[in-house]
Amino acid sequence: MIRALRILAANPMSLIGLLLVSIIILAATFAPLLAPYPTHNGAIVDFAYANKAPNARNWMGTDLVGRDIFSRILYAFRISLTLGVVVLAIAAPVGTAIGLLAGYVGGWVGAVLMRIVDVFLSIPPLVLAIAMMGVLEPTLTNAMLAVTVMWWPWYARLVYSIARAEREEGYVLAAEVMGAGTPHIAFREILPNCLPAIVTKMTLDMGFVIIIASSLSFLGLGVQPPTPDLGSMVAEGARYLPDSWWLTVFPGLAILVAVFGFNLLGDGLREILEVDE
Amino acid sequence: MTPILDIQNLKLSFKSMGHKVDVLHGIDLFINAGEKVALVGESGSGKSVTARIVLGLLQEIRSAKISGDVSFNGTDTTSLSRKQHAALRGIEMSMIFQDPTSSLNPVFTIGHQFTEVLRRSNKNLSQAQCDQRATQLLNDVSIPDPQRVLSAYPFQLSGGMNQRVMIAMALSNQPSLLLADEPGTALDVSVQAQTLTLMRELVADYGTAVLLISHNLGVVREFADRVYVIYQGRIVEDGPTAAIFANPLHAYTQALMDAVPRIVGSGLPEVPEVSDAFLAPRISHGGAG
Amino acid sequence: MPAVIHLLLRRLGISFVVLIGVSMLIFAIARVIPGDPARIALGPNATTEQIAKLRTAMHLDESLPVQYGHFIADVSRGDLGISLYTNRPVTKDIAQFLPATLELVLLAGLIMIAVGLPLGMLAARYRERWPDHLIRVLALLTVSAPGFVWAVILMLLFAFYLPLFPIAGRITDSFEITRVTGFLTVDTLLAGNLEAFVDVIHHLILPAIALSLSGIGQAARLTRANMVETYKKPYIEMAQAYGFFPSKIARSYAFKPSLIPSLTIIGLDFAAMLGNAFLVEAVFAWPGLSRYGVAVILRKDLNAIMGTVLIIAITFLIVNIIVDMMIAFLNPRIRHSARGSA
Repeated sequence: MIRALRILAANPMSLIGLLLVSIIILAATFAPLLAPYPTHNGAIVDFAYANKAPNARNWMGTDLVGRDIFSRILYAFRISLTLGVVVLAIAAPVGTAIGLLAGYVGGWVGAVLMRIVDVFLSIPPLVLAIAMMGVLEPTLTNAMLAVTVMWWPWYARLVYSIARAEREEGYVLAAEVMGAGTPHIAFREILPNCLPAIVTKMTLDMGFVIIIASSLSFLGLGVQPPTPDLGSMVAEGARYLPDSWWLTVFPGLAILVAVFGFNLLGDGLREILEVDE
Repeated sequence: MTPILDIQNLKLSFKSMGHKVDVLHGIDLFINAGEKVALVGESGSGKSVTARIVLGLLQEIRSAKISGDVSFNGTDTTSLSRKQHAALRGIEMSMIFQDPTSSLNPVFTIGHQFTEVLRRSNKNLSQAQCDQRATQLLNDVSIPDPQRVLSAYPFQLSGGMNQRVMIAMALSNQPSLLLADEPGTALDVSVQAQTLTLMRELVADYGTAVLLISHNLGVVREFADRVYVIYQGRIVEDGPTAAIFANPLHAYTQALMDAVPRIVGSGLPEVPEVSDAFLAPRISHGGAG
Repeated sequence: MPAVIHLLLRRLGISFVVLIGVSMLIFAIARVIPGDPARIALGPNATTEQIAKLRTAMHLDESLPVQYGHFIADVSRGDLGISLYTNRPVTKDIAQFLPATLELVLLAGLIMIAVGLPLGMLAARYRERWPDHLIRVLALLTVSAPGFVWAVILMLLFAFYLPLFPIAGRITDSFEITRVTGFLTVDTLLAGNLEAFVDVIHHLILPAIALSLSGIGQAARLTRANMVETYKKPYIEMAQAYGFFPSKIARSYAFKPSLIPSLTIIGLDFAAMLGNAFLVEAVFAWPGLSRYGVAVILRKDLNAIMGTVLIIAITFLIVNIIVDMMIAFLNPRIRHSARGSA
């Protein structure tokens, strides 16, 4: 623990990451309390203040129907983080389980499982997500589904390679000799050795999920208006460049800051937990 | 006669994350021209870093604090710039390492690597001249088919072969000082023995002084004229090889000798207990050339 | 070099198997959607008979494996069906739009390698000092935003505020160029029209940079990591022991061995750019395959969707094979042994 703090202290960027992530999580959790205009996350119109540049009343300006951009960004963080958490909460365990089994059991079962994983991994992630959303109705739930389905193979692949290496280690052989069953060895012996890599990956993945999700909604394939989403906000505003620049710049920067924060934190974690790249 | 290498009161410490680790506490050591001197100790005693300080490699590490005098052939190396120190390497002083195969670059042929080394001393050598000289050197280390070896990659040759290649390369520019860091440790015993015989003959022919770093007393006994015993960054005993082995006086040296297993082998002495007697001051057997 | 040919054949074989898997995946996805494809294709005014006829023609009433068989048979003949969006064969659409995307992706890939690799090498050479820290932070920044954010920022800065570059399109309308390859850079040169060629490059630059940014960051980080690993290897210390200049060690001794692990991921990054292309093409109104792809997705144009994804998957696999071949070429261990890579 002290070591962790020391590494963080020596590495100011990781601290910044931790700070950014904390801010974003707080912002998302307490959005209703922090947003100056909490009702603006829905289908409100207020044409008196429509399309205003950033000013004292609306720190990041307003959109075309008068909604406060800052408030909407706070709510959009909520959506993004929820999506990320849900996706990772499902994809990580599923992928890990499959990777563990394939890596430890090996044989033709492992080979078949990994071939399936390879198929998923052989398509660029964004393309696969787009293709999936193409056949589903664009809703938040479906977006979560699509992203989850394309995400688990990455965990499977990661855990598979670790499990395969660990399989030869002494403690595994010892457990086998003592008659421990496959599930026990896989989950109680090998899994803890995979955890640092998994946790680091999950942190970095939060950022990546935000990128994928906002890309989907940018293209119109993800969350639909009036639900606030960073990607769709950029898409809506892009038509009004360069005059109403605040419509695109602030949501865009919000994405950048959020993902940057997670990436910094993830990098710091990787150092602390000593995960090989 | 000035010694080739004269180290006086060499101290080394590392500073990291707020605390300081002292590694060398004032080493005194010298080597005369053509002499073969061994520096013996366990892992972590500081023998390897001493060699790297002589070469000038350790100075690259930012957290390293070095003080003391290191004179090479009369010149104070601590006053040299990095570039000047680097200019000595490969030409006046060179080093061979523990694991020959992984010390050679895997993506270049042996011939290519020889050419690079030979061109250190003379930039204008043609490829043909380099190959010729390399062949000569490989013959000197008794490699049967030099042509094949020159066009091969390190992973295609055996460990023993690569060891000879490394020795040949190290001596190719006829340095006055050769540093050998645990040579042959990665090889099996018979190959190691052959390597040592080879080294002994070659340095005699070339008149090269040698600093042999080792934890292997058998090797040291076979090879060195004089021995320095190092323990936790301090020299605890020194003298001619015969004298040290016949009559070890310091508690640590005695413990080291006792720890060698009776069976002939690579004899990794791991002194089992730590004793305060090991911190006794240095005993010198004299016999300085 | 028989070992390399071996490897090529093996990779082709694996890729073929993966392609089959991908086709199955696409097919499965397509058949999952609710609704009757025939009805959607014919529109709301179709009669029951017309729908039934089309259903038979599209083999919709037969079992799934049989449908898949028809699908594969059609694809092998080069028939990807008709697009609802353009009312043309999908293959024709792809032939029109693919070159635009490829041109963009190739230029972005070149930029990625030409800028990312040297930056990584620089960072490794000066590791733990300020150039390293600066490069690492910048690299992390570039991978922290999706392509459309960079595209918008670049557009704002360099097309609007500083009107240095055009906003949209591949070429100024006033130029009339006959399409031979579809690659405008090539076609303008073939037509001998240097002014048009410059114009095309001018249009290409901003989107290509936007597309390459996250790739640059990734390539730089990866190259740095691999070179730092390489620097720890014994043969680097030996090179230092021989007094070679640090710059020489960086260039000759450390670079080649670290290139090999970098190449695999660079191959993946290159292909990931195929995904980012969707975003950049949207912002710059680039008439490429990705923009076509999004349009047909929004219209649920099945044939077009499947065709597009298939082509992208094939491109990705080809890139992977090329990268594998390059690795084999660079790694003497593979060239000289009958067994595969380490």
